[in-house]
Parts: sequence; structure tokens; C-alpha cells
Amino acid sequence: MLAYAIRRLGQSAFVLVVMSFLVFIGVFAIGNPVELLVNPQADQEERDRAAAALGLDQPLAAQYGTFLKRAASGDLGRSFVYNVPAIRLILERLPATMELALAATLLAVLMGIPLGLYAGLKPDSPFARGIMAGSILGFSLPTFWVGLVLIMVFSVQLGWLPPNGRGETVDVLGVPVSFLTRDGLAHLLMPALNLALFKLSLLVRLTRAGTREAVLQDYVKFARAKGLPMRRVIGVHVLKNILVPIVTVIGLELGSVIAFAIVTESIFAWPGTGKLLIDSINQLDRPVIVAYLLVIVTIFIAINFLVDVVYSVLDPRVRPGTAAAH
Amino acid sequence: MTSPLLEVDGLRMHFFTRAGVVKAVDDVSFTLERGRVLGLVGESGSGKSMTGYSILGLVDAPGRIVAGRILLDGRELTTLDAAAWRRLRGDRIAMIFQDPMMTLNPVLRIDTQMVEAVRAHHAVSRESALARCREALVRVGIPAPDERLRGYPHQFSGGMRQRVAIAIALVNKPDLIIADEPTTALDVTIQGQILFEMQRLCSESGTGLIWITHDLSVIAGLADDVCVMYAGRIVESGSVDDVLERPLHPYTRGLLDSLPSRNVPGRPLAQIPGMTPSLANLGPGCAFQQRCNRAAAACAAAPERRVAAPGRTLRCFNPLP
Amino acid sequence: MGVVAGPAPVASGPAADVESPWRRVASEFVRSRLAVAGLALLAIAVVLALAAPWISPQNPYDLAQLDVMDSKLPPGSAASSTSRTYWLGTDDQGRDMLSGILYGLRISLTVGVTSTVIALAIGLALGLTAAYFGGWADAAIMRLADIQLSFPSILIALILLAILGQGVDKIIVALVTVQWAYYARTVRSAAMVERQKEYVEAARALALSRMRIVLRHLLPNCLPPLIVVATVQVAHAISLEATLSFLGLGLPITEPSLGLLIANGYQYLLSGKYWISFYPGVALLLTIVAINLVADQLRDILNPRLRK
Repeated sequence: MLAYAIRRLGQSAFVLVVMSFLVFIGVFAIGNPVELLVNPQADQEERDRAAAALGLDQPLAAQYGTFLKRAASGDLGRSFVYNVPAIRLILERLPATMELALAATLLAVLMGIPLGLYAGLKPDSPFARGIMAGSILGFSLPTFWVGLVLIMVFSVQLGWLPPNGRGETVDVLGVPVSFLTRDGLAHLLMPALNLALFKLSLLVRLTRAGTREAVLQDYVKFARAKGLPMRRVIGVHVLKNILVPIVTVIGLELGSVIAFAIVTESIFAWPGTGKLLIDSINQLDRPVIVAYLLVIVTIFIAINFLVDVVYSVLDPRVRPGTAAAH
Repeated sequence: MTSPLLEVDGLRMHFFTRAGVVKAVDDVSFTLERGRVLGLVGESGSGKSMTGYSILGLVDAPGRIVAGRILLDGRELTTLDAAAWRRLRGDRIAMIFQDPMMTLNPVLRIDTQMVEAVRAHHAVSRESALARCREALVRVGIPAPDERLRGYPHQFSGGMRQRVAIAIALVNKPDLIIADEPTTALDVTIQGQILFEMQRLCSESGTGLIWITHDLSVIAGLADDVCVMYAGRIVESGSVDDVLERPLHPYTRGLLDSLPSRNVPGRPLAQIPGMTPSLANLGPGCAFQQRCNRAAAACAAAPERRVAAPGRTLRCFNPLP
Repeated sequence: MGVVAGPAPVASGPAADVESPWRRVASEFVRSRLAVAGLALLAIAVVLALAAPWISPQNPYDLAQLDVMDSKLPPGSAASSTSRTYWLGTDDQGRDMLSGILYGLRISLTVGVTSTVIALAIGLALGLTAAYFGGWADAAIMRLADIQLSFPSILIALILLAILGQGVDKIIVALVTVQWAYYARTVRSAAMVERQKEYVEAARALALSRMRIVLRHLLPNCLPPLIVVATVQVAHAISLEATLSFLGLGLPITEPSLGLLIANGYQYLLSGKYWISFYPGVALLLTIVAINLVADQLRDILNPRLRK
């Protein structure tokens, strides 16, 4: 088990290096790094100094080494707009994004799996049909439009929920979180729901398909023949089997949730990295874009790694060392 | 005279599908005494497995028992509610299925799957349930049970998995075991071992055993009585010796003749011509007439079950002499 | 819950005469009323989009036709200078929403379909190459596709647009880049299956030209899953373009798609002038739902595992 984890860790590190190389190429080899990383308002002398500091007169390989070294120590340039280190900007706003993404994932899982289970067990019931129709709507509706409608209905018409911003935060282990305050929850609810919708629909469909397949399996027949209560047959036997592909999807989709948070953050003016990215793109604040890319790539790779580990915990057939007999 | 362990009388189980009514089990009757083995023989689609499921109450929509009685120790089963059925299953009646890889849940440990079978029916501690499981594993010939218990199904061979399934069936010491083709998916040598052990277990504990199979040669060595099924009906029944030595129904004769062991080397294997009919559109008469070499005009009407000799029943207008 | 499924009724009677696969698809398609409704809706959208310049009451991009006095009028208001009624209201520049939606639909559909077609062509070519030649070509193409698919499409599109800038062509490049990998993977899987079959070996033994083998044998087998993926992807492309436009990174303001229309109206949402965003959104939504309904049914029909 440990050997497997270490091996996966090694693979992840490798992918990370590859991605950093790609980003490096994109910025230093293809683009004009001076153009990209130096404040456009700098005069020629400052540009020359910056170029020398960036080591642009050195061979590409040496430049990559410098780039890596600086990236590892956290120096990814300074934001043009805010004039602070780009990495600091990103890290400051990361908790907000992660809070939103995790809340959305939690909502999707807590609602999606039970609904999908029900739809899979009683596929012909009117409620199940409604769920399936709803799920088509759920992944067809563009996220941003749903957000608009949510604001329209709950903020403008009904006035129940605030339309934008993040609520009061409380520090937990040095990280500001907003879900522990009532005001924070009120601000969190709509964006999280909005972000969760797509994944919720996917999960419902996936769970339903998995359940429908699982109940036809012999081990369900056998479990019933043993006289087990339905509660246990569904809750233990079926659930553990369908969880494997579902967890994989949840994990892999977490990355996409973080990406789609960009849209939700823009609509609800949620102060996370996504909104920062959009603003930076519009303002041509390129160091921030680069910093964002590297941080996000690191997060994705970390998530993939975690998903693999969880997968091997859930499905014993995958673990090395428990190979099948004959 | 004690009542038989199991009495099935006029059982009819139909599937009500959009394509029509499928009479999966059509007027099936037999009895089983304690400690005896009954073979239920037939091709796929003959209704033998469905009969087994009906006895266990595992038939769900669109299928339904429409008529008949099932008496376990004199107790009527067809009128039981779901909760009563659940208490019965795994405790008084147990079932073994064909493919142990698929009947054991691949993501749960063996001990989990065994212990839950015990604790679903008896309020005992996990340790005492484990003790019973160990004992059951030893009875089926698995010598070092603790190691097996901690493992997962995919770590064992097919024969071992089937023994585990049998152990699960035995762990609550049921009165009746229904085995649905349990050795079909196994090597011939393992098959022989398991057959022997099942026979021994049943005669030792007085458990009744219904063995469902398509393989007559298995029945020959194992069962005391046999029922031959075709198209949902029992066409012939009696003691194994009687039926196999002197079959009365042309279908039974056909089955016997097609056994490779009965074949003279060098001659083509005998076969019953034609195919099993679809259960959705059986005609009004005898289901076997299209394939029967003794079909007569009378066969256009459905033959009733009648007693041909003491202990033998037959459903045929033109039996073998 | 059916624990014991009954025996499947075996069809009796002579086999139906072999019908062309297209007719089979068509006849199975119409069995779902939802799918037919989706197709009808889609057809309406396409017709409207194509005919937009002729049927819309006003050309919203002809500044001479606009009356700024008519701005931000609610749906159903009458125009102040002409006898026209603004059925869906006007936006902040006095543009008739209905006309704007028709033109926007045209642009959204065009961009979506164009990018899908191009991505499909590229993906098809690469997928067939990977499947047929195998070896390192296969490994390289598939590794590239995998890496790309492991990142969310919106992120890739955003970064590309950040580098490339704005414009219709650049959006299409971004959309194509995001999509080609799906096609390549689908085509490769289907072609691999076919490639293993014996008749391909036979064809190669007969020294038929590679091109011929690929086109006549591998290609037709890839079509069913490809059609399903393409249909779903058109919806995805339209949605992605709308999202990008909404974020201000997509199409320029001179060619507003539905996404941009929605973005324009966003700022008026809080003051209750919902129609500027809402109705373009409904149009977008209906189009995407229609495509997804069709795609769902096609997937069920063309999925070989569900065929009995």
C-alpha cells in the first residue's frame, strides 16, 4: 500500500515538472517574456534591467533552471496591477475558492447520490422520471445563466439572499472560512448551489446507471437469499460497489469544479482566485496568470494523486499485493 | 407419519411482460423428505431455476406466483409477507447459486459476508458469529479458516469460493438447501468433491437438498429422486434409479441418449431435434410435441399429470413402453 | 425491484428483412417523444437563426435604426417613433431584444457548429492515424489527448484566449483545441476494435492500400459513437462560447452571441430589468436542451451494448 502511494507520488512529481516546463515554454520561448512579465509602463532602462534579472541573455536551459528555482521559492513575479508578489495574491484568495468548490462538491454529493440511488431502484416511478428530466436540465443549463436566474429570483424578487460577495469570515487554523457564520452561509448558499448544479446532475445520472446495473448482479440476489434486510443490501452491498466509479468521478471533477468556480465567482463577485484570473486577463496582468496556472496545475495533480489512493482503498482488487489467485 | 419437509403442490409462477404472459412455472408439484436429495433436471428455460426462486420467495415484478401451495414443514409460504420471508431466507431455507465469483460481493471481505448472514437472523455478538462461520468453513473442507475469512473473493479459486458459498448456506443450519447449478462453473474434479461433500453434509444433518441442474449424470450419482422439467412443467418424476433405468417420457429418453457416456464411440452424438420453445407462446397442447418422435394426434391437448406407478408421475399421452 | 428477471421472450416468426441502418436509427429515434420534441425545437432554432436577417423586426446592429430613447423598455412596450412593438423589450441601447436574440442565436449556432466540425475533422484524422499505425504515433497522440482531457475545458480556453486575444477566429481556435481530444479518443477506440477483426488482416494481406482500408473499413465503424459525441459536443461548444463571451473574453461586441447579450444585461439585473439577460438566456437554454435531448436518444440507439 505504501509502495503504491510512493510510486504514484513519484509519477505526480513527474507530471508537475512536465507542466512547469510547458508553462515555461509558453511564457519564455513563445511569448516575449519581457513583454509578458514586465510592467508595460516601464521604460527601456527598466526593461533592460528586468531582462537581465530574468536572465534572458542566457541559454534557454539555464533560464528554465532559474525559472524553476524561483518558482520553487515562490517567486513568480509581481502583479502589475497590485504591485505585490503574484503568488501572494493567489494564495490569499485561494481559501475562498476552495471553500466554494468544496461546498459545491459536498452539496452535489449529498444530494446527488441519494437521488441517483432512488432513481436507480425505482426507475419507473414518477419521482424518478422527474429526477432524470431534471438532470438533463441540470447539465444543459449554462452555469452562468443559472446563477443569473438565482440572483433574479432569490435576491431581487424575494430578497432572501444577498446577491454577491462573501460573508463574515472566521479564522480556522489561520485560514479564513465563512461557512461558520450565519451571514457567511447566506452568502455561500447560492454560489455553491450554482456551482454544484452541473456536477449534481452528472452524479445523479452516474449513480442511477450504477445502481441499475448493480441490482441485477448476482451478489444482490445472493444477499437477499441470505435474508439480509434491504437496508443492508442497498446500503452496504450495492453502495460499496457503485462508490468506486463515483468517487473517481467526484475526485476528477473536483478540478473542473475549481475551474468552473471562475464563472460563479464572476457572477456572484465571490473574492476567489477565479475572479482574480478574469480580472487579470482583462487587465493583462500576466504574472498573476502564470502564478494562477502553476498553482492550479499543482492542485490538479495533487487531486489526481489523492483520488488514486482513495480508489485503491475502496476497491481491494486494485491494490498491488492482493493479486487474484490463479 | 411425519409430514414431508417440503411440499409443492400445483405451483404456477407467471411473468406478466409487455410481450405477453410467460408461464415460467406451470403446475409443478413434488415433495421432499428430510435428509433426501431431489434433482430438478431440465434444459435452460425449462423453469427449474424459477421453481427454486419461487420456493425462496425471490420472485419480483413482473413475475408472480399465481396459484399453488408451498408448504415447509406444514407451513404455507405463498401467503407470507415480506418480513416473514426475509426471516425464512438464509435461516430455514438457503440457496447456492451457480457462479461464486458473482454471488460473493467482490468488494467485501469473506468474514463480513459470512457474519452478516448469521447476524441477520440471530442476535449474537460478532465473535460468536465468527465462531459459527469458522465451524461452517471447516465442515465444507476448508482447513485454515481464519486466513480465508480475512480475504477477498478474488483471491480464491473457483472451487474455494463455491465452498465459501456453501458454508454461508449452511451456517444457520437450514432445513432446506436449494442448489442452482453450483458445480457447472467448476472443474470436473472439484465438482466431484463438492458433490460428495454436499451429499455427506445433508445426510449427516438431515437437511433436505434440491439440486437444480441440466446434467443428468450429476443427478445419477447424487440424488434420491428426480423431477424432469420441460417448458415450465414437470414431465416425469420418480426415484432416480427408476427414472434413469426405465424412462417413460420421450424427453427423458432423449436426454439420456444425448449423454456422451451413453454414446457408442465413433457414432455421432444423439441429439433431440429442434429447440426449446419460447415460453411466451406455447401452444395449447403438449409442449414437447414438435420435437417428439412419438407425437400423436392426442398430443394436441395438454397432458395432465398422472401417477404412472407408485412414486412415479408422468405427463404424457404416448409414453415409452 | 426485479431480482429475478424473467426469460426474454424469443421472437418467433421470420426475421425482419434487413433495413438500412439509417432507417433503423430514424425509426427508433421517433419512439421517444422527448427526443422528437428536442429535434423539432432544434430545427426551429436553426431555421430562425438562418433566417434572422429577413425575419427579425429590426437590424439591431444598424445604428440608424436605433432609438436611444427607447432603451431599457420592458417587454411588450410600443416604440416611441415607429409603430413597432418591442415584444421582448429593449436593451440599454434601445435595441429590440427579439432581433438581438435572433442574430445572437445565429452567431452562437454558427460558432458552435463550425468549431465542432473542425474539431471533428482533426480528431477523426488523428484518431484514425493512431488506431491504424499504432506504436509510437498512437502513444504520442493519445498521451497528448489524455493530458489535455485531464484539464477542464474552460481553463484551457481561457488561457488560450488570454494569449491570443479576442475575435471570432480565436474563439473557434480555442473551442477546437478544447474539443478535438474527445473525437480522437472516441474514434481511436472504435477503430481499434475494428482493426482487430480478421477482415482487416485479410485486407492487409491482399495489400489493399492503407488509405482504402482506413476509409472503407475503419471509418464506418467509428461513425455511431462519433455522431453521439459530436451532438453532445455541439451543445458543449455553444455553452462554452456563451460562458466565455459572458466573461468578456469571447466574441467582440460587434458580433454578439447570446452569451454577450446576457453579459450586457447582467448589470441591470439588480435593478429589476431582467429581460435584457433573461430572454437571451432562455433562447440559449432551449437550444442546448434541445440538442441534449436529441443526443441522449441517439446515444441510447447507437450504443451497441444496449442493443438486444
